[in-house]
Amino acid sequence: MSDDDALVRVDNLVKHFPIRSGGLLGRTVGQVQAVDGVSLTIGRGQTLGLVGETGCGKSTLARCIAGLIPVTAGSVTFEGHDITNLSRRAMQPYRREIQMIFQDPYGSLNPRRRVGSIIGEPFAVHNMLSGTARKTKVQELMERVGLNPEHFNRFPAEFSGGQRQRIGVARALALQPKLIICDEPVSALDVSIQAQVLNLLADLQDDFGLSYLFIAHDLEVVRHVSHAVTVMYLGRIAESGPKDPVYDAPRHPYTNALLSAVPSADPEAAASRQRIILTGDVPSPINPPSGCRFHPRCPKAQDLCSQQEPLLEVKAGDPPGHETACHFPVAQGETFARAGRASRTGTA
Amino acid sequence: MSLLEVSDLRVSFPTADGLVQAVRGVSFNVEAGQTLGIVGESGSGKTVLTQTLLRLTPGGEITGKAVFNGTDLISMRDDQIRKIRGAEISVIFQDPLTSLHPLYKVGWQIAEMIRNHDRSVSKSAARERAVELLARVGIPQPRQRVDEYPHQFSGGMRQRAMIAMALSLSPKMIIADEPTTALDATVQAQILDLLLDLQRESDTALIMITHDLGVVADIADDVMVMYAGRAAERATKHDIFYEPHHPYTKGLLESIPNSSAAVGRLKPITGQPPSLINLPSGCKFHPRCAYVMDRCLTEEPPLAAVGDNGVHRSACFLPASAAGLTGEAEELRRQAVGSHRHGDAAEVAQAIADSVDTTEGSVI
Repeated sequence: MSDDDALVRVDNLVKHFPIRSGGLLGRTVGQVQAVDGVSLTIGRGQTLGLVGETGCGKSTLARCIAGLIPVTAGSVTFEGHDITNLSRRAMQPYRREIQMIFQDPYGSLNPRRRVGSIIGEPFAVHNMLSGTARKTKVQELMERVGLNPEHFNRFPAEFSGGQRQRIGVARALALQPKLIICDEPVSALDVSIQAQVLNLLADLQDDFGLSYLFIAHDLEVVRHVSHAVTVMYLGRIAESGPKDPVYDAPRHPYTNALLSAVPSADPEAAASRQRIILTGDVPSPINPPSGCRFHPRCPKAQDLCSQQEPLLEVKAGDPPGHETACHFPVAQGETFARAGRASRTGTA
Repeated sequence: MSLLEVSDLRVSFPTADGLVQAVRGVSFNVEAGQTLGIVGESGSGKTVLTQTLLRLTPGGEITGKAVFNGTDLISMRDDQIRKIRGAEISVIFQDPLTSLHPLYKVGWQIAEMIRNHDRSVSKSAARERAVELLARVGIPQPRQRVDEYPHQFSGGMRQRAMIAMALSLSPKMIIADEPTTALDATVQAQILDLLLDLQRESDTALIMITHDLGVVADIADDVMVMYAGRAAERATKHDIFYEPHHPYTKGLLESIPNSSAAVGRLKPITGQPPSLINLPSGCKFHPRCAYVMDRCLTEEPPLAAVGDNGVHRSACFLPASAAGLTGEAEELRRQAVGSHRHGDAAEVAQAIADSVDTTEGSVI
């Protein structure tokens, strides 16, 4: 991707949260390595899907990009401007350009404020539009996201989950941002409603040329909405690239396992495919494993994996942009599941 | 005789706003060793239905029958149902953190369950049994883990502990209420595998409640799709996924993104699920149904047989032949609708078409 196409560039971003002892001095006794050296690019008008399990650092990464929390090292560049750790005042113009939609449509709307004032809040923060002009604009936004503009004076409690998420979308859209960070925007919604919101997001992208950073744990949803995908594991990128090669020919054993673990709503496909059931849980990001962070759970791990950290690079035979951080990438058609349906799976 | 025979079960809750009709006449059977998947959106009554089987719905007005192993659970005395809970039918809840007591050791909680039902078991024997159960559900170092607290367990391990507890009295049936919804995909796969393994070993019946069609495709034998407190469709797994008859089932299948539809738009079901206090007239799905016909507005369709295997039943007035996702079936549906849509039904259909336009068309 050339420089012109990139809206956001994240370079070697590190975010560590200190763990302090409870004593008077509050000495730092450790670090939660939430994000540890992540680089990625979000193209203009494109959607980058970010997937990974709980605790892999995807939400922390999103908050760093939005400038909501200071980063430990590395940089975030927005349209060529370095916006890493800017002061509050210097960050202000970029806040307009980067908006967020949150997972929980119940927790992310103030229950005591009317919908009109929630959607109009960004205008108040940025001292834009007032009185009737603001109301008209808010009603336009409500109509655009499929809400009845006459419900301007209602409270969030009067709306269903899907409608609340539309309120969140309208609020994110208010300042005509260039990037919207969607942190699990549909995971709290019912299936039939989920599709309505996904279609809305797609339409808005077409109309306004928006870029999305789309975080979700549902791999089929990410596949549907994304142009490119980044798979994170324990604060690092395991695999990343254009959507199709990553989904059709995943090279990292973790990506393979993740894809095979997703239950498919097609019983015949579910019965025929190879399932890789990982053993154990994601290790703690306070003491991540040495070498490749995935090696304790990896069915293909060898001695090298625990000693040397694999680089994120394009493996032989892969299209440009499809990068994998693995010493022994999975070849197409390779079977390496060590526990299938028939046999008993391992330990928790 | 089936292990569980539920017939015309109805549950409603009187509230200040009116009567909430959570379950409105549901019948189904579950055989030993079989897995029934119950699918539905929030508010479709799936949880109330299964909790009513164990009479865990205080304040609800219950009618109908649920005969388990020859006795009716609904008319049972309180002290009798207490002997069924956990021992004959056990439940695994969605959120393993809130279903485990945070101040008691995991092993103690499992042992308590055993000793509550059989006082003759000594504390040490119950503890030994807890260790065995933790080992059986795949928790490493069960002898140490048995003395740990729930917060020391990860999400997946907590759910394993819940399963261990559910198994502790070798029940004949397990009700799993969204057991993997709070878990990551890789851990979900582990837990589903574990449930299947355990079921195979002990011939336990399993009722799996979920909103995730993928989970159902994975482990169910039969599936019941619920909408607004009733069964919209009931069939074998194969028929639900490949020969759906009810437009709601079809809509659910079409609205999930999958690899074959990776490009292009999703086909959502328009509108919202209805309020259980003010249910629509006739078929409860008609305000969202693209195939709405005249009689759908006034009559509620019975759960009638589709196809000839006797298992596939659907509560829809569309002809039985119009099942499936093929163009042919779609043509049959269109024909049926064409000759039976006038007046009010046509207005509803127009409103549905309009709502597709307004939510998807206009520009600021």
